[in-house]
Amino acid sequence: MWKSMTSPTSESEATLTLAIVNDGDVVRGRQAVRDLAVSAKLSLVDQTKLVTATSELARNTLVYGGGGELRASIVSEGGRQGVEVEFIDDGPGIPDLDLALTDGWTSGSGLGLGLSGAKRLVEDFEVDSAPGRGTRVRIVKWKR
Amino acid sequence: MDRIPILRIGDVLLVSIQIDLQDQTALALQDDLSSKIVETGAKGVLIDISALEIVDSFIGRMISTTAAVSRVLDAETVVVGMQPAVAITLVELGLTLDGVRTALDVDRGLALLSSALGKAGSDVEVDDLAHE
Repeated sequence: MWKSMTSPTSESEATLTLAIVNDGDVVRGRQAVRDLAVSAKLSLVDQTKLVTATSELARNTLVYGGGGELRASIVSEGGRQGVEVEFIDDGPGIPDLDLALTDGWTSGSGLGLGLSGAKRLVEDFEVDSAPGRGTRVRIVKWKR
Repeated sequence: MDRIPILRIGDVLLVSIQIDLQDQTALALQDDLSSKIVETGAKGVLIDISALEIVDSFIGRMISTTAAVSRVLDAETVVVGMQPAVAITLVELGLTLDGVRTALDVDRGLALLSSALGKAGSDVEVDDLAHE
């Protein structure tokens, strides 16, 4: 499912990095990703899907990862443009990824839609996590 | 932290969310609304989300919980003004807002509340819309 970004096309122009350490940062992350989505000329529905996925994942970074970082950039591959967002934390990690990606499953007080819901809202979705190694989630929404 | 103002119009509490909601602000609104319902004896709650650019699972849960708490406190909740892109995203995310009544705009929301409350005691004039 994940498409490699190593192809020698024009890689990201500039990467925007934002610390996620409180509620306000989640809002700032949403706004920054919205700006990039507008620049990348995503449709309004696709912007909304990407920003919503960003909100879910940035909240996960804050609540479950104990804070971390959001990195966002415009990427292109084979002539198409998209917005890539990464969420990185040094938290406890996800012990059972399959379980964590199940609708309705939650380790906390949430609805259990964060990871699974975010995955449905974007085209590319990649999670790298293990107990004690933190979590890195990478998503891309491509312009249609 | 920002707080969302709650206006009282007759038997209805009106909330219009005009900012990008932080989680703590959403939780504070949920608490404030519950207190205001008890304090005023309001029978209806109208939440205008037309300015919200996203509704994620946290805000969705706040809306569902507010509707459930209102019901227990003898008040009906109607959510109005959801943008089409937000509605599409919400469904794809997997949120169904169970038990939440919705209307397209404030006028229709007030009409819905008015008919649900049998109009008794309501100062809000929405007779024309109620017959649509």
